[in-house]
Amino acid sequence: MTTPSPRPLPASIDAAVDLLAEADYLADRSIGTVLYLALKMGRPLFLEGEAGVGKTEIAKVLSATLGRRLIRLQCYEGLDVAAAVYEWNYAAQMIAIRVAEAEGEHDRLRLESDVFSERFLIKRPLLQALEPDTAGPPVLLIDEIDRTDEAFEAFLLEVLSDFQVTIPEMGTVKAAHPPIVVITSNRTREVHDALKRRCLYHWVGYPSTERELAIVRTKVPSVGKKLSEQVVAFVQTLRKQDLFKSPGVAETLDWAAALSELDVVALDPATVSDTLGVLLKYQDDIARLEGSKLKELLDEVKSELRAAE
Amino acid sequence: MAGGEFTPPRSHGRLAENILYFARALRTAGIPVGPGTVLDALEAVQAAGIGTREDFYWTLHAVFVKRHEHSLLFDQAFRIFFRRRGYIDQLMAMLLPQAPPNAPRTPEAGATRVHEALFSGLDDELKREQEIEIDTRLTVSDREVLQRKDFAQMTNAEIAAAKKAIQRLILPLAEVRTRRFKPHPRGHLIDVRRTLRSSLKGGGDFIDLRFVGPKTKPPPVVALLDISGSMTQYSRIFLHFLHALTDARKRVSTFLFGTRLTNVTRALRERDPDDALAACSASVPDWSGGTRIASSLHAFNKLWARRVLGQGAIVLLITDGLERDADDVLAFEIDRLHRSCQRLIWLNPLLRFEGFEARARGIRTMLPHVDEFRPIHNLDSMATLVAALGPGGSRAADPKLWLQKVA
Repeated sequence: MTTPSPRPLPASIDAAVDLLAEADYLADRSIGTVLYLALKMGRPLFLEGEAGVGKTEIAKVLSATLGRRLIRLQCYEGLDVAAAVYEWNYAAQMIAIRVAEAEGEHDRLRLESDVFSERFLIKRPLLQALEPDTAGPPVLLIDEIDRTDEAFEAFLLEVLSDFQVTIPEMGTVKAAHPPIVVITSNRTREVHDALKRRCLYHWVGYPSTERELAIVRTKVPSVGKKLSEQVVAFVQTLRKQDLFKSPGVAETLDWAAALSELDVVALDPATVSDTLGVLLKYQDDIARLEGSKLKELLDEVKSELRAAE
Repeated sequence: MAGGEFTPPRSHGRLAENILYFARALRTAGIPVGPGTVLDALEAVQAAGIGTREDFYWTLHAVFVKRHEHSLLFDQAFRIFFRRRGYIDQLMAMLLPQAPPNAPRTPEAGATRVHEALFSGLDDELKREQEIEIDTRLTVSDREVLQRKDFAQMTNAEIAAAKKAIQRLILPLAEVRTRRFKPHPRGHLIDVRRTLRSSLKGGGDFIDLRFVGPKTKPPPVVALLDISGSMTQYSRIFLHFLHALTDARKRVSTFLFGTRLTNVTRALRERDPDDALAACSASVPDWSGGTRIASSLHAFNKLWARRVLGQGAIVLLITDGLERDADDVLAFEIDRLHRSCQRLIWLNPLLRFEGFEARARGIRTMLPHVDEFRPIHNLDSMATLVAALGPGGSRAADPKLWLQKVA
């Protein structure tokens, strides 16, 4: 990855695609367009798609190429304001109160304003993202938002539309320059329309054969030409099967790397069967492909590749 | 149409006009597009500049599409609309095949009710009789009946009865613990934030401990309702029930299945039951057709389970279980469904027969995989169901009892 150095936002769709390509992220033009618009219009980018298609990677690549700080908020069930926005340093507050007491300070208002000052504030990701940064507004990645609950979503509305948060004891904190926000979702539940309305939405699908081949060759250079073709063709065929969970790009890359480690030059049924666990993560799916079915698919893939030559 | 009066700024010329018309076309096609989004679209198009057709496509896509399902609609609308200008009428006609301009007018939802409200009392007796008397239809036809059945034409007596049932049918499902906390006088954790605040009130001389305990909330409910021919008499009443349930609680998803699976959650969100049922009816192609439980469950497991069964969901499976080809596939799918939810409750109207025995193959295949097996055929049995559904329900619902009876 490149070293952080501030640089301007892309000025066109082409520039946005090139920006991603700089960090070896080969994106479709559709992603380039939506990314360019999000940056240009200052809107959060909402990326939805199956696991392992490279949603989170976009935020990482953005932060690396633009030289911005990456602030990541991993969502989970029960995520609350104390973990996402701010928390008071209670231990320090208690000590401050004791000290004040020892000094004979009993003015309640004064004590309160002392104790609830920025000195005792612990900033969590969302609040950090609103602060000015020398390298420019940071990239805020809100990862897997579908894992948290509706209550937290509702809270995000204020942050995402006005880029501000309200701390009852202190007042409203507003970002001078809004951060670049990327939200990802695996769609384990529907995110509310009110939140989506504030964002630019994009469904990240599986890449086409050509693009996936380019991705494999860029990310796993050690894999040979023939093997990479076979790997990609096989994965693409797998995605057409009736599987519970189709392999994502991340799985393709893992598999290519695994095969390359094993010094495999070309796919054969035995190797595929041994390494199938890298691609498929459900026992039912693996069982479905065992035996003759696997050989059938592999033969199909090979004959297609031969025909294409 | 809402937003129709909106006039675009003059400076954008024909483009703004076109985008406005396009937005209206999208709205007609079923993508919710508000005036704010139209302004966003104008801004986006200006930001991106008019480059290639592809860029233009993805620019509008970025703004107008907020759900993956809408991508397809958008794609069609875009292709038809921007092939040549001025094809709006054609577009609308193509997107709305069910409403040709001079088609015979179908009775409006609720028309029967208005009629009845005016001429009530004449044939009340008659209607009450046909209310919930059921004939047994064991014919499981494989033919998909692609008919639109306007079940908004419900009679007053039926609606009144259903509503009565629904009132009693507020499901007292036990609440599940969430990972959140709420203030609790005898909680198990100290709430430092509140403790500190209340201590400050006294100037900090003594520490006034406050506690939090776990917060509970009703789990999401997912209903899978069989609408095949043998279930016709119940599906209507049940849709009413599910509508009331959707109205009262937040997280209810409803799916209908006959030969295929349809998600009608959105349709049921309509406030008025008439509108809701009409919307349902419009979105279901296989009303009163055959039933394929295994493939419907398969579709549900594959496409929806991971999206709606989170956070301890309870599944209500409403079917008679008369599956033509009950085999390992059915067992596999029902088992998977059982494993992915917190509680699987099978509501079967066939249980109305005194001497019901779990003999049918489909029923025998599915029974071992459900947590509860309950009757659901008339208002009385609905009431007993509700009474039993609370925490600590009766053992009569244990599916094992039914299996033992036959064995």
